[in-house]
Amino acid sequence: MSHALDEIKIGGLGASRKRVEDNRFIRGKGNYTDDITLPGMLHMEILRSPLAHARIKSIDASKAWDIPGVHLVLTGEMMATRNLAWMPTLSYDTQAVLATDKVRFQGQEVACVIADDPYIAKDACEAIDVDYEPLPVIVNPRQAVAEDAPVIRDDKDSQRDNVIYDWEVGDKAGTDRAFEQADVISKLQLHYPRSHPSPIECCGSIADFNRATSKLTVYMTTQAPHIIRAAVALVAELPEHMIRIISPDIGGGFGNKVPVYPGYVCSILASILLERPVKWIEDKSGNLISTGFARDVYLDGEMALRRDGKILGVRIHTDADHGAFFSDAQPSKFKIGLMHSAFAAYDIPAAHLTARGTYSNKAPGGVAYRCSFRVTEAMFFQERMIQAAADDLGMDQAEFRRMNFVRDEDFPHRTPFGFLTDSGQYAKCLDVGLKAIGYEEFRREQAEARAKGRLLGLGISTMTEPLGAGNSREYDILGIKMFDSAELKVHMTGKAIVRTGARGQGQGHETTWAQIVSHELGIPADDVVVEEGDTDTAPFGMGTYASRSTPVAGAAVAMVSRKIRAKARKLAAHLLEVSEEDVEWELGRFYVRSAPDRGVTIQECAMAAYSNMPDGMEPGLENTAYYDPPNLTWPFAVYIVTVEVDPETGVWDVLKMVAVDDCGVRINPMIVEGQIMGGLTEAYAMANMQFITFDADGNCVGSNYMDYLLPSAWETPGFELHSEVVTPCPHHPIGAKGIGECAAVGGPAAFVNAVLDALSGTGVRNIDMPLLPDRVWEAITYRRDVSGAPPVRSDD
Amino acid sequence: MTIVYEDHEGETTDVPVRRIRFTVNGEKKIAEVEPRLLLAHLIRRGLGLTGTHMGCDTTNCGACTVLVDGRPVKSCTMLAVQADGHEISTVEGLATASELHPLQEGFKEEHGLQCGFCTPGMMMAAKALLDENPDPSEEDVRWALSGNLCRCTGYQNIVKSVLWAAAKLRAESGS
Repeated sequence: MSHALDEIKIGGLGASRKRVEDNRFIRGKGNYTDDITLPGMLHMEILRSPLAHARIKSIDASKAWDIPGVHLVLTGEMMATRNLAWMPTLSYDTQAVLATDKVRFQGQEVACVIADDPYIAKDACEAIDVDYEPLPVIVNPRQAVAEDAPVIRDDKDSQRDNVIYDWEVGDKAGTDRAFEQADVISKLQLHYPRSHPSPIECCGSIADFNRATSKLTVYMTTQAPHIIRAAVALVAELPEHMIRIISPDIGGGFGNKVPVYPGYVCSILASILLERPVKWIEDKSGNLISTGFARDVYLDGEMALRRDGKILGVRIHTDADHGAFFSDAQPSKFKIGLMHSAFAAYDIPAAHLTARGTYSNKAPGGVAYRCSFRVTEAMFFQERMIQAAADDLGMDQAEFRRMNFVRDEDFPHRTPFGFLTDSGQYAKCLDVGLKAIGYEEFRREQAEARAKGRLLGLGISTMTEPLGAGNSREYDILGIKMFDSAELKVHMTGKAIVRTGARGQGQGHETTWAQIVSHELGIPADDVVVEEGDTDTAPFGMGTYASRSTPVAGAAVAMVSRKIRAKARKLAAHLLEVSEEDVEWELGRFYVRSAPDRGVTIQECAMAAYSNMPDGMEPGLENTAYYDPPNLTWPFAVYIVTVEVDPETGVWDVLKMVAVDDCGVRINPMIVEGQIMGGLTEAYAMANMQFITFDADGNCVGSNYMDYLLPSAWETPGFELHSEVVTPCPHHPIGAKGIGECAAVGGPAAFVNAVLDALSGTGVRNIDMPLLPDRVWEAITYRRDVSGAPPVRSDD
Repeated sequence: MTIVYEDHEGETTDVPVRRIRFTVNGEKKIAEVEPRLLLAHLIRRGLGLTGTHMGCDTTNCGACTVLVDGRPVKSCTMLAVQADGHEISTVEGLATASELHPLQEGFKEEHGLQCGFCTPGMMMAAKALLDENPDPSEEDVRWALSGNLCRCTGYQNIVKSVLWAAAKLRAESGS
């Protein structure tokens, strides 16, 4: 008779366990960076540039110094004396910490004030007098490469124009041949607008340098504390073991809290100079206009098609507007992230991608906003292109996809750009989605409605995406390989603590990592505590972004648990007085193969590790695992939306949205569904209202929540989620794939395809996101494509 | 309480202050505040009640929502001096020593939060709704929370959380 524990009851794999972290958050007892107060703490505020491009003629801070309560005013000139006016970026460029020569975007950091109180610091910022000489402004790649364009980065000796890189990947010759053989060539151009991850909590830090111990402790809003520690060690030339980065509770990240920002650097320098803790908490405008944006890519592509619907090849060109500094947070090897993951779900023989990056007078960033490094743009273009191609061929949207999908038996599948997709059941997922939306019936309704002048539309988006960088062969950031880690300590009473190199921001790591331990060791999840975010205690890891926590750190938790189980097996053999080969494992317990009733629990093994180990065995039951994934994980998703567009106003409403996500084994189904609904909402936001743009003078439109629209509970539609298709990841220890971002990546195309489907027959091929009522109205009324590229149109 | 000022010779360091009296979570308080001090800062820094968060500084996100005399108010755009004579409730006052408020239970039960940053404001806005309307529809809840932004959840579970709490409160009151 089995004595194995009921895995769901102990909170193991597959349990919709209620979240542990909620206990503090629902009581208002979270511990976010701004909640921390240290003795003697001072406050820092930043003065930002009102202009997008201007030479700094002079800075007079004397009035600021005179304000009682002001301790320090930092300017670029002072930073330069310590070689800190500029810092390296994660993409081998440099970025100004505080401006010295010029300001290059609106909102750029010019000076900062450290004072007794944040109100005083703000007063003092306003007392700083900066004399600017305005310069011509660039807000898009077309302007950037114009002949008479001013050179934005004249600080760099080798930079003669505004081009950052020209890059290509794929098979040019093979793709050219595919286009020669094509019956039909389908084309599409679009702009994926600049967006901002905009977590509700802004960025901030508290730097605390202690002269007596020479130790620098920094509490900061970072998704990747170990990367920050390395960066501080290298930039500030402080010894790494004297730097402690603590990432307390984070009020949302979505990629915004990966980079190193000037505010962090200034607070650190100020604390070193003043020998007091210095707190910097950004305001919302500062967050929106200066910190890591996302997207802002112009995509231009074409698809070679056979008359029967077979895709023969794809060409894509991307023009990415990186802002004033190339500071994309992405694997170093790839200039435009994983853009070349586009079309991975389809069996396409040849593909070629060219990419150009340019500077502009806009904020730097290029972060992976709920996205695995530009995968969002890739999948959006892919699904818009697929819809356009199906329309050009006169084929059904669903059938065109189905006939070009990579088939279940063809995995692992090498994509034309060289990725190896691992597994999936694409057609089955599509079937589930079509059934759920009532595909055939909706098409009938749509035709009937059209006859009465009502515009209904249905949009499909199907995609697989690469989640969980790296493997170390291909993925590194500034040379640091993208593995991750977990440390597990089992105490003598069988309770345990797990630490990982990841850092959750709402994903529920404190709940799910314990479930993995529970699955591997049979220790009830409630007996396992999870800690992350402190570089003095957590093992080295690359942090949480790009859906890499479960694929990499989560795998490390499973692997370290297995190391613990291997040692526990030896302890069990010792306790049971049999040889190790005669010991069998079932959840929570070792037993003698020939006498299953004779067994010891994992808790008894833990006690023995401290009180009764065999001769020669090292005491204790602790270990660490570093996990270097063999491949990325490839979840698959089908998102289908139906909409009604009001032809008189251009307003569109979601009638129904269905999501079918196959992300392999789900550790905690409740949390997975929460991630999907959150992602769908961001997808809806991007399709409907959320974007940042600029006028011709480089003024940021979208610098606060009055202009940067985020959907509330009122606008956000309901979602119907489907989880019936499960394809375990073949190379992940527990079969899981990434999921945090799928919906935000694949979702936008479903909404846009639905609206354009509603406009079918008008000749409108593209409306740039967001599909604001005026843009949709313009498309309907004038039967033309509508561009959303900056500068924004003025009324005069 | 002692306040120490830096002594800048020849300059006045006197900051104008006003004395206010108010109630927070049932406790009577007196504070001396600068007239320009925001209520959110009085709550967070002055009273140390850091459960009230600040997100946008412009009355849009609702993370700083508290109740003033039972009505939801975004405390980042109310001056502390305006709280003189009023009753303030924050997230810290929701639970008793032994028992969570049904809204708190509901948010955990229905996975109504992820990063937790918007949660206190959401719960306070929801409390104001349930105090007035014990049996709200989904639409009522969505409308009542439309001044509070969440970037993690997509709201669906937040709505469920509030409806869960409403049902429990009704069951408790026997209605």
